Parts: sequence; structure tokens; C-alpha cells
Amino acid sequence: MIYDPRVRGIVFQIILVALLAAGIWWIVDNTIENLRRSNITTGFAFLRGRAGFDISDRLIEYSSDSSYGRALIVGVLNTAAVAAAGIVTATILGFLVGVGRLSNNWLIRKLATAYVELFRNIPPLLVILFWYQGVLALLPSVRDSVSLPLGSYLNNRGFYLPRFVWEPGSWLIFAGFVVGLALSWYLARRARMRQMATGQQFPVLLTSIALVVGLPLLGFLAAGMPVSVDFPQKGTFNLTGGMNVKPEFLSLYLALSFYTAAFIAEIVRAGIMGVPRGQTEAYSALGLRSNLGLRLVVIPQAMRIIIPPLTSQYLNLTKNSSLAVAIGYPDLYAIGGTILNQTGQAIEVVVIFMVVYLSISILTSLLMNWFNTKMALKER
Amino acid sequence: MGERLRVDLDAMFRKWAGTVSRVRKKKSGYVPNNRKGFWVMKQLALGILSAAALGVFATAASAGTLEDVKAKGFLQCGVNTGLAGFSAPNDKGDWTGLDVDFCRAVAAAVFGDGTKVKFTGLSAKDRFTALQSGEVDILSRNTTWTVNRDTALGLNFAGVTYYDGQGFMINAKKLPGVNSALQLSGAAVCVQAGTTTELNLADYFKANKMEYNPVVFEKFEEANAAYDAGRCDAYTTDQSGLYAVRLQMSAPDDHVVLPEIISKEPLGPSVRQGDDKWFDIVKWTYYALLNTEEAGVTQANVDEMKNSDNPDIKRLLGTEAETKIGTDLGLSNDWVVNIVKATGNYGEIFERNVGTGSPLKISRGINALWTKGGLQYGMPIR
Ligand SMILES: N[C@@H](CCC(=O)N[C@@H](CS)C(=O)NCC(=O)O)C(=O)O
Repeated sequence: MIYDPRVRGIVFQIILVALLAAGIWWIVDNTIENLRRSNITTGFAFLRGRAGFDISDRLIEYSSDSSYGRALIVGVLNTAAVAAAGIVTATILGFLVGVGRLSNNWLIRKLATAYVELFRNIPPLLVILFWYQGVLALLPSVRDSVSLPLGSYLNNRGFYLPRFVWEPGSWLIFAGFVVGLALSWYLARRARMRQMATGQQFPVLLTSIALVVGLPLLGFLAAGMPVSVDFPQKGTFNLTGGMNVKPEFLSLYLALSFYTAAFIAEIVRAGIMGVPRGQTEAYSALGLRSNLGLRLVVIPQAMRIIIPPLTSQYLNLTKNSSLAVAIGYPDLYAIGGTILNQTGQAIEVVVIFMVVYLSISILTSLLMNWFNTKMALKER
Repeated sequence: MGERLRVDLDAMFRKWAGTVSRVRKKKSGYVPNNRKGFWVMKQLALGILSAAALGVFATAASAGTLEDVKAKGFLQCGVNTGLAGFSAPNDKGDWTGLDVDFCRAVAAAVFGDGTKVKFTGLSAKDRFTALQSGEVDILSRNTTWTVNRDTALGLNFAGVTYYDGQGFMINAKKLPGVNSALQLSGAAVCVQAGTTTELNLADYFKANKMEYNPVVFEKFEEANAAYDAGRCDAYTTDQSGLYAVRLQMSAPDDHVVLPEIISKEPLGPSVRQGDDKWFDIVKWTYYALLNTEEAGVTQANVDEMKNSDNPDIKRLLGTEAETKIGTDLGLSNDWVVNIVKATGNYGEIFERNVGTGSPLKISRGINALWTKGGLQYGMPIR
């Protein structure tokens, strides 16, 4: 019986499970004992305590009187903001560079290749420091701010933009925008159905732009122009008023975008090259112009190859955003670390890190999977 | 630790994922399009392994710290990664500073040899975890004694080796009109994360109804570099630290320290709560340093002083007949002699590292002995 592989398999599995259970029990028991001995409490009650520190970059109301829990939310939102902005820019840049690598133009092709080779081979932390210490820190000081069009400024404290102040009645503008979007979507659907049925085309893009811009404008006028603009002005130390995009955010955002774009470019190139040449020949034979052929034949097929690895790049970007600590951008990791230092609740804070990063990752994956199934080959 | 760990994990995961995908490919003959499962698994694996990182808390309960240290053969001391005067490697790579010398004194008390000590540079943020988890036996890193750290963080402070207070520094060339911290409303202030400094800063500006813009860095060098580059109008930390930071600026003379002191920062060594014997050793090493200064025992004259007839000095140096002071502490009876031979008394340590014998040139001020109008007061060794 000892030689029966099935019995042996089962025995080994039982031993393994027992060892694992013993190991976990040992860790948990020791942890509890050690925490008790050094008098450290456990549990999540500390989240209600007063944080006591200030955070400069915040998307929600926060002050040093707010709770640790709220400070963490500020951190989560900052992480999400830089990740979302980075993903959008990295995708656009990555597609451009990826297509550029396949260009017929020698210069564009070489530039794109150089870009990929450069950014793919530098650790992301260095890219961040490059932007922070090598570019943004060298901008002129507040006194000599560079003025840009539309009342905005650039200096070594970041980018200062005018800010819209929404007064009562502004909801009409947003309503116009939402209605415009909805109408455009409906229009696009109808136009496609009509084209399928009759072959007639409709200028969807132009009409949509008109709708999305025109309706909010109409709302703006109808509500009696309820919007004013707050321009940045020189104060004693910094520019005051307006909106300030800080160098910490900017360098992290630019670094993550540039770094990840190099990988996305390669994915895009692989995706396009993965579409058999015959497809190109086939659309030419059908008499489609090359940009129409690219759009209708090659890209949809390439997307099926591109999306899955693209998802993992998005997740990498999100995780790399925790390198923010190096330049003082208050992301989840930085704020959580400060809370850990003040409260000593190491296990709880790490659990929060895990849960948040895991949730962001799963959410991204789910979205991309949904997109992937939409793009998947529909066999008719 | 977090960073190092993550890198390793990623490498490990890539290896593991590689195996899995190879197996899958073989089975089904195609590369799976939908890799959600992968990602979820990767995240879970990461999670489980980072929980294992917390194993630092899960190391087996130890005997006493003194026994552990003796068995190891050296003292593991948590210090600052580089703060001139307190703890910084010199050009030969040896650690120097007031906090460093305190650890040498403890090592001398335990081993009779002040060189039996290894140093771990710790950032402000990581220092308490390092002590709690047993990575270091003692934390001597310009750390402020507060009730929160003494209780909720599970530390015990052995004394105050340097009485300090928080101040501000500005670049007087760029801000010629500013000569008080109360003029800083609207300023951007560089500060280090995980410090009392960060908290006092928030309170000070709130109490004075001023606005400010905190730029918070995890590492000292990052904060200094950003301030030097003009990212912030002001820099804030303990006053002793400000003088050290000023020396590192590209043009030190342009920077001035503003007169306001906005907090009390009693800096001192700490140990884990719950080991009274070890706590006693560290605490009495501190008092021994003060009492030797008070009695006039120095590194140079300690051997001579052993022949003294003065009962106080005899008791202090363990030459009294039938003395039990050293052994009661779990040390040898000549522990004080060993300490003074290794580092000198408190006054000598102070002058050498932060006082007149150092580039910082800080005067004794409130750190003078109580007999000279200061706050340093050694409990009687009797
Ligand atoms: N005494 C304060 C501040 C201690 C602190 O970390 N100060 C900074 C600024 S002087 C420092 O020493 N940084 C050096 C480093 O992190 O290497 C505390 O205990 O929280």
C-alpha cells in the first residue's frame, strides 16, 4: 500500500496541510504574544483617532483635526488620481510610440525605438527623480514665474492654473454636458445601424462635438453665466488662488506615464505585427483605403492581442505609484507609513495596504476583462 | 525593508508565473487570453508574502535582551542614517556622534568593550518598527520622548541625552524681510515624515491661524535637497538638526535659523517595554555618564581616580569593598570605569560631538549639569 501512488499522494498532502497549519499557528501565536508583551493594542479602532498632521495634496476636505481613517482615504484618492492620469497618458503615448516603431519614416522609427530602449531600461524610481530633481526643480522660482497663456504660471512650486468657480445654477451646464454625451452615444448607434442597413454614412464625429460643446454652452447662457474664474496671483511666498498642480504630482505622473508607455509601445507593436499580413492584402484587395483598412480590419484584431498584457501594465503602473514616497507625494503608501509610525499598528496598516491595492487591481482587471470580451472575436 | 521585499517578491512571482504559464500552454496549446486569474493570484501571493514580512513580529519570544546581547557578542544599536553631531559615518566609515557614543557606552557597560556594537541606520518612519520587532536592541536616534511613544508604541525611554526644541530655518537671501516664524503664513515648509516635527508644525500654524503648505519627505536627504533647491520657503526640525542641515546646504551662510522655538524635544535612547532589567542597564548607563562628569572623572584620569579615597568616587567606580552595584545590574563591578574609558563622561561626549570640539559649536545651554544651571541631573549611584 505504501507504494500506491494515490495513497502516497494523499499522505503527503495531509502532511503538507498539517505543516502549513502548524506554521500559521506558530506565527499567529508568537505575534499575539509579542504584541501583548510590548503593550501594543490591536484592532482598527485607531482609525478614529485624530491624525494631527497636514496633507497638502488632497481631493477631499481634510485638516489635522480629521481622523486617521480620513487621512487614509485622502491617500487612496491620491493614489487613484495619479494612477488614472498616468494610465490615460501612458496609453496614448504608448500607442503613438508603438505605431511609430512600425512607421515607414526612418526618423520616426528610430526615435520611437530610442524612446523604448531608453525608458524600458531605467528603473522607474530614477525616472521619477529625473523629473523631480532634474526638470521641475530647475524651473524658475516663484518671483520669476514663467507666465503662460490664459493666466497660468509655471515655477518650481508647480503649475498654477486659473480655476473655475461654479456659482448656483451651474448644474445646467453639467446637465447640458451629460445630455450631449447621451445624445452622441445614441446618434453613433443609430448611424452605425443605418450604415449597416443602407450603406449611407453620417458625420457622427462632427455632430457629437457640436452636441457635447453646444449643449453645455446653451446651459451656461440659459443660467445667466454663473461661472467666474479665479486667477492665480502673487502672494508673499507663493502664488495664491487658482489651482496648483504640485511638482510632486507632476513628476510622479510624468514619470509613470513615460516609463509605462515604453512597455505599452512594445505591446502595441507586437499586437499589430501579430495580425497576419494577409489581412492587409485582403483589405487592399477589397479596395479599402489604408487608414480605413487599419481602422476596420487591422486594429480590431490587434486589440485582441494587446488588451490582456495592457492590463498588466496598468496594474504595474498603479503599484509603481507607491514610489511616490521618494519625492513626497502623499499617496496611500506614504500616508499609511506615517500613520503606522504614529500608532504602531503595523499589522493593521499593512492589511489596509493589501486590501486597497488588491481592490484597485481587481477593479482594473474586471474593467479590462469586460473591455476584452467586447473586443473579442465575435464568431458569426 | 518594504522596498527590498517587494523587489524580491516580484522576481519570485515572475518565476512562479513563468512556470504556471508554461504548464498551461502545454496543456491547452494556446496562450490564455484572459489572465485575470493570474493577476488575482499574483496579488494574493504578494499579500500573503508581505504578511510574512510581518513575521518580524512573529519571531519567537526571547529570553531577556541582556542575555540575547551577550549571546550575540555585540549590541545592535539603531541610529540616524546621517545627522551630523548625533550619528553619521565619518570619512573613514566609522560611526560618530552623541547618539552613537551613547550606544558605545552601553556596549562598554555590558562587554567592557565599547567597540562591541553594530549600528543600523534608521529613517524617522521605520525606527519604532525596528525596535519593536527586535531588529535593534536599543534605539538611540534623536528621538523625542512623548507619552504616545512611551505607551501606545510600547517603548521605554531611558533618559534625555539632549534637551532640544523645534525651530525654523529660511534662506535669508531669498526672503530678506522675514525674521520671525510668525511671518511664515502662506509658506511652503519642508518637513520629514514620521516625526514629532510634522505634528508640531501642524499645531503651530493652526494655533497662530496661519496657512501653510507642507511638503513631506520620508528621507532626510530628500527633504534637504528639496529645500536647498527652493521647493520650500522654510525648513523645520529640531534646532540641533537645523544647524546640522545648514552645514549641508550649498551656501550655508545664506540660511538663518529663526528665533522661535515651538516645542519641547527631549531626545533620548529607548528600549522595548517589558524588559525591566535591560531598561535598568540603559538608564543607569546614562546616569553613570552624568555622575562621572559631576565627580570630575574623565577618560584621561579614570585610572588615577580608581585610587581615590573619596567614598562617592569609590562607589561610582566600583572600588568600594564588597560592592554589589554592578552585579545587581547584571554587569561587572567596574562597569562605570569601562564606560568612561570607552567614551568619556557626558560632558566629554557632548563637547566632542556637538560642542566646541565639533563643527556644530552648540553651547551646553540647558544641557549643562544641574550644578551649572542646566537640566542634566544624574540619579545617585548608591
Ligand atoms: N525628534 C523628532 C525628529 C527626529 C528626526 O527624525 N529628525 C530628522 C530631521 S533633523 C532627522 O533626524 N532626519 C535624519 C534622517 O532621517 O536620516 C522625533 O523624534 O520625531
